[in-house]
Amino acid sequence: MMRLQAWLEERMPIARFVEAVRHKTVPQHRFSLWYFFGGMTLFFFFVQVVTGALLLLYYRPSASEAYESVAFVMTRVPFGWLVRSIHAWSANLMIAAAFAHLFSVVFLHAYRRPREVTWLSGVLVFFITFAFGFSGYLLPWNELAFFATRVGTDMAGAVPGIGEAVVHFMRGGKDVSGATLTRFFGVHVAILPALITALLAAHLLLIQHHGMSVPPSIEAAQRKHGRPLPAMPFIPHFALRDLFGWTVALALLAGLSAYFPWELGKKADIFAAAPAGIRPEWYFLWMFQALKYMPATVFGMSGELLVLVPVSVGALALTLLPFLDPDTPRSRRIVKTLAGLALALMTTMTVLALLEGSS
Amino acid sequence: MSSDHSSGAGRKPPTPRRRDVLDWLLGTWGAGVVGAVFYPVLRFLAPPEIPESPTLTVSAGKASALLPNSGRLVPFGAEPAIVVRLAGGELRAFSGVCTHLSCTVQYRQDLHHIWCACHNGHYDLNGRNISGPPPRPLQPYDVNVQGDEIVISRKA
Repeated sequence: MMRLQAWLEERMPIARFVEAVRHKTVPQHRFSLWYFFGGMTLFFFFVQVVTGALLLLYYRPSASEAYESVAFVMTRVPFGWLVRSIHAWSANLMIAAAFAHLFSVVFLHAYRRPREVTWLSGVLVFFITFAFGFSGYLLPWNELAFFATRVGTDMAGAVPGIGEAVVHFMRGGKDVSGATLTRFFGVHVAILPALITALLAAHLLLIQHHGMSVPPSIEAAQRKHGRPLPAMPFIPHFALRDLFGWTVALALLAGLSAYFPWELGKKADIFAAAPAGIRPEWYFLWMFQALKYMPATVFGMSGELLVLVPVSVGALALTLLPFLDPDTPRSRRIVKTLAGLALALMTTMTVLALLEGSS
Repeated sequence: MSSDHSSGAGRKPPTPRRRDVLDWLLGTWGAGVVGAVFYPVLRFLAPPEIPESPTLTVSAGKASALLPNSGRLVPFGAEPAIVVRLAGGELRAFSGVCTHLSCTVQYRQDLHHIWCACHNGHYDLNGRNISGPPPRPLQPYDVNVQGDEIVISRKA
């Protein structure tokens, strides 16, 4: 055993890595709970990688076979219903965890210097997660997915000048068809995984490098009292708490998948009408509701553009947040207020859409 | 780079140094390689245009099976078309693609007009957008009945 360790040590810098991990600590204060959501998002991502790889063994990416292959997984493959349901539920919970992580980082100002690049990598991972959700949603080739993709890709057509070309590019043709399915499949299982792996590696390395961020309010209080902030060793104390959270998440996934298995719905029919009561996944509901409220044109601008422009500006502002916030007590208050308003608006729109859907 | 060795009038343009020439060559070579790789990739990503015939005539099923105050969706090329029989018996046909965000519309017997479920868009029986987000009317098609067969067509 010792000889093996020595042999490996000569070839790989294991001791240095172990040393670094052993010295990692997590600060303890009243907002420490929010440190868990990044790890929780990561857990759901791992679940997606494993279940996604399993689904890939049976899935067939063509308009004539996709729906049937998912139906085969759900009905014939042992535990196929479980694997697919976990993949679908975990996708939703990953987005929820990513939302919580992102908003906690905003409200606790963890994006500020020197963590700008950590923030950028995180925001890109967040957007890629949405791209995963959007592209994966089409893959079962059912009615809901078909119209969601038509609407989602058509939105891009509202962009002046290049809109048409972008829609054509996303759909792999003029309309949503088998070509779109093949394209989304390639994006979902090859291009996005490559991107997210690289960005996630950078994100995690940078977090390791900078250590956990302490909120400015806690920092100030600590300066005033002159006491050092209590900290918890990452190994084993924080890691065990993480592990506990992950076990709860796994139980939740299993429970949701067993009691609410993900439906397959009706196979997409290009020539059938959009069914009444159609609506997208919960994380797109606020945008969907906004689209419904918009009239066809406002001051010569199309309703879609009127939704698309503020959403794009918001996404851009979110991406550049550390560079827009000069990090003064006043600017931090402004960031908190704006983030709170955005969250309230999104929540209200989502609730309105849900109420309308249930009535 | 251009430090002046010669003070006074008649300043000579700086002679390119060997390093500048090499930098330029390296840069040009790099840009060439990057361009040669990315141009085909970008072109590959954009799907080829498949031209559509400007005129199209399709059969939309039996006329006798389409009751008054009802509608039917039929394939029209790669897109759906909607054929409606008004309460008075008259037949009308439109593109079935909602002008808002391209969902497929349907005939609502309770409302006596055309409706899109996705974002609650309404069209009257002339295809005009009358309520909700749709920005334009539905494209109308010609309807003919040959024997008992409904035939709809788009003019060039």
